[in-house]
Amino acid sequence: MPVRVQTEDFDAGAEIARLRAGDPRVGAVASFIGVARDINDGSAVATLTLEHYPGMTEAALEDICAQARSRWNLLDLLVVHRVGEMKPLDQIVLVVVTSAHRGEAFAACEFVMDYLKTEAPFWKKEVTPQGTRWVDARETDDAARDRWAQPAAGQRA
Amino acid sequence: MKLDVLYFARLREALGRDRESLEVPPQVRTVADLRAWLITRGEPYAVAFGEIRRIRAAVNQSMATDDTALIDGAEVAFFPPVTGG
Repeated sequence: MPVRVQTEDFDAGAEIARLRAGDPRVGAVASFIGVARDINDGSAVATLTLEHYPGMTEAALEDICAQARSRWNLLDLLVVHRVGEMKPLDQIVLVVVTSAHRGEAFAACEFVMDYLKTEAPFWKKEVTPQGTRWVDARETDDAARDRWAQPAAGQRA
Repeated sequence: MKLDVLYFARLREALGRDRESLEVPPQVRTVADLRAWLITRGEPYAVAFGEIRRIRAAVNQSMATDDTALIDGAEVAFFPPVTGG
């Protein structure tokens, strides 16, 4: 199961070990962990609540993983995304990609995150000293995703 | 045509509901038609759809565009731009 949405925290070391267990073809493991910050848009963040669209979330993440597999020669992929209430320092998301060589693992890991940020139905709400607010989407995230539309962006030759 | 319409995040709060089952008139054929028809129902739709920028939609749990066609029994979701990760 390459995609999980859960309220519980995750153990990145254990997830990586499980993903590459017994597969001697793996020469590279790239991973990304997204973490809750204490400051966002100039305000202190006390708690962060993540809402999602059950069913569509999993389908969207699986589709992103399938797109990554079609672009690069990957051995395995894992996405774990938490929902519910979190605090600064908490882990939010884990992406792990295994491949024979590092270039593909690095590129695919970044691709999955760039698409996740703009295509997977999650929404963040923050509690700050000024009150509760929904986090606004950033145009820089759209720009990060759009880089991959250009054929040369990190793809296999 | 009968539709199951879902709302998320800021839009869900502005409308005060997370889903509703709606019988829509025959002229509602696409996502854009449905959005326009919801706004004609008055408040809270007109204000919520007017104030929240760049509302996106999904049809049967796939990202949709304004011209995505609707079919009877479809699950249609409206939501603000996503902010996960």
